[in-house]
Amino acid sequence: MPATTENIITVRNLVKRFGSFVANDHLTFEVKKGEIFGFLGANGAGKTTTIKILCGLSYPTSGELSIAGFDIYTQREKVKKNIGYMSQRFSLYDDLTVYENIRFYGGIYGLGKKEIDSRAHALMQRLGFETSRNKLIRDIPLGWKQKLAFSVAIVHNPKIVFLDEPTGGVDPITRRQFWDMIFEAAHDGITVFVTTHYMDEAEYCDRVSIMTDGRIAALDTPDNLKRQFNAPSMNDVFVKLARREEKPI
Amino acid sequence: MKTILYIIQKEFLQVFRNKSMLPIIFVVPIVQLIILVNAATFEMKHIRISVVDLDLSGTSRRLTSKFQGSPFYQVSHTAFSYKEAEEEMKKGNVDMILQIPAGFEKKLIKESHAKVQFVINAINGQTAGLTNAYSTMILLDFNRDVVVENINSAMVAGLKNIQTDYSYWYNPKLNYKTYMVPGILVLLVTIISLLLSGMNIVREKEIGTIEQINVTPIKKIQFIAGKLIPFWIIALFELAFGLAISKLLFNIPMEGNLGLIFMAASVYIFVILSFGLLISTITNTQQQAMLVSFFFMVVFILMSGLFTSVESMPQWAQTLDRLNPLMYFMKIMRMVLLKGSGFADISHLFWSLVIYAAIIISVAIRRYRKVA
Repeated sequence: MPATTENIITVRNLVKRFGSFVANDHLTFEVKKGEIFGFLGANGAGKTTTIKILCGLSYPTSGELSIAGFDIYTQREKVKKNIGYMSQRFSLYDDLTVYENIRFYGGIYGLGKKEIDSRAHALMQRLGFETSRNKLIRDIPLGWKQKLAFSVAIVHNPKIVFLDEPTGGVDPITRRQFWDMIFEAAHDGITVFVTTHYMDEAEYCDRVSIMTDGRIAALDTPDNLKRQFNAPSMNDVFVKLARREEKPI
Repeated sequence: MKTILYIIQKEFLQVFRNKSMLPIIFVVPIVQLIILVNAATFEMKHIRISVVDLDLSGTSRRLTSKFQGSPFYQVSHTAFSYKEAEEEMKKGNVDMILQIPAGFEKKLIKESHAKVQFVINAINGQTAGLTNAYSTMILLDFNRDVVVENINSAMVAGLKNIQTDYSYWYNPKLNYKTYMVPGILVLLVTIISLLLSGMNIVREKEIGTIEQINVTPIKKIQFIAGKLIPFWIIALFELAFGLAISKLLFNIPMEGNLGLIFMAASVYIFVILSFGLLISTITNTQQQAMLVSFFFMVVFILMSGLFTSVESMPQWAQTLDRLNPLMYFMKIMRMVLLKGSGFADISHLFWSLVIYAAIIISVAIRRYRKVA
């Protein structure tokens, strides 16, 4: 599904402070329904903080946030029904099998038994996991785990899925396959909000924001950003922005 | 409700898939019961005495054999001087010295009173007290024999002698195992419940899956119920298993209603599980949770009345002990199993546990946050 003009995430003046440290300094941005939104930034720029606030895992200090049409302060549980989240840390139980993990997460999202079984079946077929249905997670390779974690994050058909560095430590081929899954999800109408350190992945996004020091330094389509910064690739855009913001310590 | 079932299912899968879990559930109770019940006994057996008989008369020999005849004593050494006996005690070979002075028999018959001396190793005050009590009783008994023999029977009848007769209630044979087993069972159930629940949620924090759960619309209460119910079932099963073993191995009395035991146990286990949950909300790693659990466990166990009676603690300690859930359940177990107490007898303890449960689970639920 191509990006629409309808906003599915609206953030106005989001501030998050930890003591005197400001992790998110007046962020304002929108994400359009159906788009793949790349959320880039150097380590420690404040990306994970923002994602956790958007997912309702952490309270913002101030600012207005609307996710999937719901207010994050007053309709937190409704927000949660409509989002999926794949954290930086591994999120499956490695002492449960592939199927048991799907069943558990489907179950706590309130899916019925039949629904869980049919989705688990479809999901494993798509991933080519049919033979590994009863394998423990700890016995399957990392790339497979990440693909499965993504599938589990969207098992309840959310409107938005947040992916926090989903391809960290994954080989290039699996990374490519992973992005095919992201495209497929976007095609099915799920808005994808993704953070990454791989600039080739940034090129796949419909729009990209680059964060430095808790602020959004740039936000546009990859092509426009390259034009704006007169850079041949997203990598150069990132380096230019990061260098500009680099302060002497 | 369905959501809770999915969590319960997952917890059971994980518990039984964990290779160290089944041994913990089945082997630990057997080992604990067998070792602790037999080892942790205050029963006095084989008190080793060194006899220093300086009188060497018939009467002194009879006194000695009186001690030898008792199942509690064992005359392991005879000395010809007090010094010699003292050496033995210093070496740790004897627990008590019985010194019979020269002229004991003569004095006893002529002046109708004589003295003997007990010297008791009192490094362990409790043991020493018991030894003293036993020894005095033997001496009294001996005294009566002498009086009866040496004074004519008419006079004996005239002696307004008040006799004390003992009858030990609820544990007539003073079997220490009977007293220890219910206490050890409490210990067992407590350790299993506290460690299982305390470790479990912290483990999800450590591996990061808690975040994945917190991002779902699941309600706090559903999550907590799903977490506690499996351990509640396991702990109750553990108690049943422990009771069965105690009956088979030690043949402990079960005077009271087992239903009452399980009713109290279900509240008690709930208290301990909530306590574990509370610990897991204030710690971030399994190691921290383990240390905090151990701190509370040691205090709770030592103050529970398992080894030392709660009633003989100082008043402030007894007041403090009202915060100790083990104390309540320990009392309930002993009262119901050994005395056959009914609900009316334990109701104050039972309701205390109910209030305890209500308070601690609400604190734990408040402390558990889905949003940081």
